[in-house]
Amino acid sequence: MKVLVPVKRVIDYNVKVRVKADGSGVDLANVKMSMNPFDEIAVEEAIRLKEAGKADEIVVVSIGVKQAQETLRTALAMGADRAILVVAADDVHQDIEPLAVAKILAKVVEEEQPGLVLAGKQAIDNDMNATGQMLSALLGWSQATFASKIDIEGDHALVTREVDGGLQTIKVKMPAVVTVDLRLNEPRYASLPNIMKAKKKPLDEKTAADYGVDLTPRLEVVKTDEPPARAAGIIVGSVDELVEKLKEAGAV
Amino acid sequence: MAVLLLAEVNNGELALDATAKAVTAAKALGDVTVLCAGAHAAAAGEAAAKIDGVKKVLVAEGESLGHRLAESTADLIVSLAGDYDHIVAPATTDAKNVMPRVAALLDVMVISDVSGVVDADTFERPIYAGNAIQTVKSRDPKKVVTIRTSTFDAAGEQAAAPVETVAAPEASGLSEWVEDKVAESDRPELTSAKIVVSGGRGVGSEENFALIEKLADKLGAAVGASRAAVDSGYAPNDWQVGQTGKVVAPDLYVAVGISGAIQHLAGMKDSKIIVAINKDEEAPIFQVADFGLVADLFQAVPELTEKLG
Repeated sequence: MKVLVPVKRVIDYNVKVRVKADGSGVDLANVKMSMNPFDEIAVEEAIRLKEAGKADEIVVVSIGVKQAQETLRTALAMGADRAILVVAADDVHQDIEPLAVAKILAKVVEEEQPGLVLAGKQAIDNDMNATGQMLSALLGWSQATFASKIDIEGDHALVTREVDGGLQTIKVKMPAVVTVDLRLNEPRYASLPNIMKAKKKPLDEKTAADYGVDLTPRLEVVKTDEPPARAAGIIVGSVDELVEKLKEAGAV
Repeated sequence: MAVLLLAEVNNGELALDATAKAVTAAKALGDVTVLCAGAHAAAAGEAAAKIDGVKKVLVAEGESLGHRLAESTADLIVSLAGDYDHIVAPATTDAKNVMPRVAALLDVMVISDVSGVVDADTFERPIYAGNAIQTVKSRDPKKVVTIRTSTFDAAGEQAAAPVETVAAPEASGLSEWVEDKVAESDRPELTSAKIVVSGGRGVGSEENFALIEKLADKLGAAVGASRAAVDSGYAPNDWQVGQTGKVVAPDLYVAVGISGAIQHLAGMKDSKIIVAINKDEEAPIFQVADFGLVADLFQAVPELTEKLG
């Protein structure tokens, strides 16, 4: 079985984002960028499926700016077999909407015929939580979102999902789109020899035009603001003072 | 303008708080029709009809809709979509599962986790874990929107609106439910609780979480946890507050042994009063706290539990 894993290049999760003063967006110039943490978990899961003999090839695909090559090399160094870069933007500030990403991925799926798409549940930049579900809809496939456990059993997968009330297990027909949550696994670090080897693994470069997908955004970004700041609080000296303050504020 | 609102229905029961908050947001967009779907949804439909501002309720009952499987629930919504300009739902895990699928089937973008309605086409939503608020204007003919419930007040009550039945779709054959592991608790539900007491990595172990739970029970509060505490196995995932967990905005949020990573702040910084108890005075949580106590939680929390009430 071939596994397709879409990966996104995003601002590193440790970086404090800065909103540009003119409201035009978030400043991404000279900021550390990394693979979306949820996508890292998806790559790791694909590698574990391969190690368990349930997958035989892992193809990673990224859609965005040319620099997403680095993100793909990271996935290759972790253990993916080959990569596809779909260049769809020149400016690092241009985010491709999940609907357009899903349409491009649907075309990649048509070409590659994977048995499973493993995707991160959301990208930590736009926090949309949509691409996997949209891809599944466009393909008419089954979907299992927010996975914390995946067992592939023949033509079905048993997926445990993290939902508001606890955990839900569903059985989905393959091929399926599964989006992964934090507790599925802990991604490995790429070793130096594997980073060197990854440089020789195949990386195909395409453009969005190759897939005939219209990238015109459906959502026009009117502005991007700083969230309202909280007023500064106070440090209390003791539990007694805390209780007093909470009573004064009518909080307890 | 007409709005179709997917109610949050769990095992036949309406999640009133989440649904009534979404109704508040949806009322600003037009006449609200609430859709209650499930294997059993009639009782939920009766309850939804009494939410102030609801003009009509549609009840769809059928085995295919049991456990809110994404494929058949999305098919149902798409089959009804023709009559509506907006399709809205509270941003629960159920809706986050279903609504992007609906949007793609309608060839429109989903607008997730909306925290403000500017006009019928324009919405505010947090991005980058709430470190920025983006205002987006949709060019799509239909808007598919999920509502961040923590930023809207629940709509009140009214005399019941009319309830109609609609047919359930056939089972998709793509997925089936196997089991639910639902945490049973007498405590209030995390996203609708007036008070939340959360523990972080500083709590140190699953056993020590009893300290947090005791304080919570004294206050009649829900219990939350940071991602660090969940990842360390101290607390179950459904307690997680943050960018990838639940977003809460209670009247009082007590953060114990939580350093305050931006991913956690994303889930609680709209709380009315924030209390932080942490032994590290440099912890970023103190920057958002109204009342900070620099102290060893193992002494401060039992003392606080004793002295409250």
